[in-house]
Amino acid sequence: MMQAQLAQGQSPLLAVRDVSVVFGGIVALNGVSFDMHKGAILGLIGPNGAGKTTLFNCLSRLYQPSTGDILMEGQSILTRPPHKIAEIGIGRTFQNVALFPNLTVLDNVRVGTHARTNSDIISDSLRLGWVRRGEAELNKKVHEIISYLDLDDVAHTVVSGLPFGTQKRVELARALAAEPKILLLDEPAGGLNHEEVHVLGDLIRRIRDDRHMTILLVEHHMGLVMSIADHVVALNFGRKLAEGTPAQVQSDPDVIKAYLGSKDQ
Amino acid sequence: MSAVDEVASDAPAVEAVPKKAMTLGLGASLVMLALLIIGPMFVKNFIVFQLTMLLIYALAVLALNILTGGSGQFSLGQSAFYAVGAYTSAILMEHFGVNYALTLPVAGIICFGFGFLFGQPALRLSGIYLALATFALAVAMPQLLKLGVFEHWTGGVQGLVVTKPDAPFGLPISQDRWLYYFTLTVAIGIYIASVNLLKSRSGRAFMAIRDNEIAASAMGVDVALYKTLAFGVSAGITGVAGGLGAIAVQFVAPDGYTITLAISLFLGMVVGGVGWLPGSIVGSAFIIFVPNIAEGISKGLSGAVFGVLLFLVIFLVPHGARQVAMVAQHMLGKLRKG
Repeated sequence: MMQAQLAQGQSPLLAVRDVSVVFGGIVALNGVSFDMHKGAILGLIGPNGAGKTTLFNCLSRLYQPSTGDILMEGQSILTRPPHKIAEIGIGRTFQNVALFPNLTVLDNVRVGTHARTNSDIISDSLRLGWVRRGEAELNKKVHEIISYLDLDDVAHTVVSGLPFGTQKRVELARALAAEPKILLLDEPAGGLNHEEVHVLGDLIRRIRDDRHMTILLVEHHMGLVMSIADHVVALNFGRKLAEGTPAQVQSDPDVIKAYLGSKDQ
Repeated sequence: MSAVDEVASDAPAVEAVPKKAMTLGLGASLVMLALLIIGPMFVKNFIVFQLTMLLIYALAVLALNILTGGSGQFSLGQSAFYAVGAYTSAILMEHFGVNYALTLPVAGIICFGFGFLFGQPALRLSGIYLALATFALAVAMPQLLKLGVFEHWTGGVQGLVVTKPDAPFGLPISQDRWLYYFTLTVAIGIYIASVNLLKSRSGRAFMAIRDNEIAASAMGVDVALYKTLAFGVSAGITGVAGGLGAIAVQFVAPDGYTITLAISLFLGMVVGGVGWLPGSIVGSAFIIFVPNIAEGISKGLSGAVFGVLLFLVIFLVPHGARQVAMVAQHMLGKLRKG
C-alpha cells in the first residue's frame, strides 16, 4: 500500500481514459477511467457482465475501444497491433487458461520470451553461433522462472496432461518470461480451492515485490482482491461504480447494492 | 554403465516422450543414416533410382509436415510447389545450361517466394477452407504449365527432357548411384536444418500458432508473418524436392504434377505421423512402394487393394509411423528393465 501511495504524485504507468466499447448496440464499457501506478496491485471487480474482461481485452488489444484512449507510460497503445503489446511491457494470463497444449512446460515458457528475443528463420535453420548463445541465455532465464514457480518436476511434461492449478502456474511463468512491466491477471483464482487461493495471493504479492511488477487483477474472488489489492476499481454494467482502497470500496453502498441487490427488490 | 546403455537411457520411456518431440534420438538417427549410405551399394540401378525417389518424396512430405504438423495449416496444393521447383530446375538446365546442383537453390528460393505470396490470401482461411484453396492451386497448376504463352520455355504439353548428370571428378560410380548420394546429401542437409528450425524461436512460434493463435499473439508472435513464413519454408523445400525429382526422372511434363501427387504427399504425411519429421521417410516409402505391392497382389484391383492396405494402416496405427516408433521404444525399454 505504501508503494502505491508514494507513487500517487508521479504520472501513472498505465492510464485508462474514458474508454467505451460498443458491440452492435450493446454498451459493454461506458466511459471508464482509472490510473495504475508503478508497483501497485490494482483489483478490478464487478459482477458477471460488468465489463471486466472487455476492459482486459482492450488492454491486450483484442478489442478496439469505440472512444477513449489507453496510455502506457504516456503513449497510446491503441495504434499497436496485438502482437506488439508484449514488447512494450504488457503481459497477461487468460481466464480459462490459454496455453499451447501440445508443447512442454519448458517450450510454453520459451514462447513467452518471443517478444524479448530476436532471430530469423535462416539463422535458426543454420543454428548460427549467435542463435545458439541466445538459446543458452534464454534457457537459463526460463529455468530460473520455472524454479521460481516451482515447476521443475513438470518442466519436460506436455501441458495438456497437467492439473488445472499447475496449468495456471505455467501460464503465469509464460507471462513472466516476457518481463512485463504490467501483468494482467484474468481471474487467476478461478477453479482453485480455498487453500490454493491463499497460496496464490502470496505468490502475486511476491511477484510484485521480487520482480518489480505492477499487477492488474480481475477477480470474482472478493477475499483475494480485498486481501492483496492496494487499490480497487468496481465496475457494474460497463460503468465505474466506485474506486478506492479495498475498505472504501467494500463499504460503498453502490457496490453493496450491485453485489447483494437493493432492499427494494 | 556401458556406452550402449547410456545412449538408450537418453531416450525416456513412452509416457515421458513429449508429444511435440519431432525428431529421432541420436542412436536411431545414426542407424538410419548408415542404412541409407550402405544400402544402395548392393542393389541394382533401378532400385537405386527408386531409393532416390524415396528420398525426394520424403523431402516433399517433410515440407508438408513443417506446414501442417508445425504451424497447423493444411495444404492440398503441394504438387503445385513441386511442379514449380521441377520446371525451374529443368528450364535452367536445358535453356540456360546451368549446373544441376545450382538450379536447386534457385528452385528453393522461387518456391519460397511463391509459397510466401500464396500464404498472404490464405491467411484469411483456416482448416478445411485453406485445404480447398490449396486444392484449387493444385488443380490449376498443370493447366497453367500447358499455356501457350509459356510454351517456349515449358515445352507445353510435351514437357522437357532433362539431361542426367554424370558423377563428378571421374568417380567410378553410375549416374543413378551418384544422383542417389547427391540427393541423400541434400536431404540430410534439409532434414538437419528443419530440425534446427523447429527447435528454435521460429519453430516454437509456428507451434504456438498451431496450438493457440490468440495466446501466441499475446506473447508477441506476429501470427500473420509466421503463418506465411511457414508456407514459404514448406514451398521452398517442396521446390527443391521438385527440382531433384526433375533431374532424377530426366523429364518434366504438366501431367506429372496433378492433384494426385498432392494427395499422395498428404497421405505420406498421415502415414508417417503428422508432426513427426522422421516419419516423412516412412510415409514416402508407403506412397512409393505400397501401390506396387498392391499391383503385385491383384493387377485388376490394385486400387482397391491399395485402399484396403490404407484402411488397415489407419485403423491399426492412426498416428502412423510415430505410433509404431513409440510402441517399439516402450517395448525396448521394458525388455531392458526386465
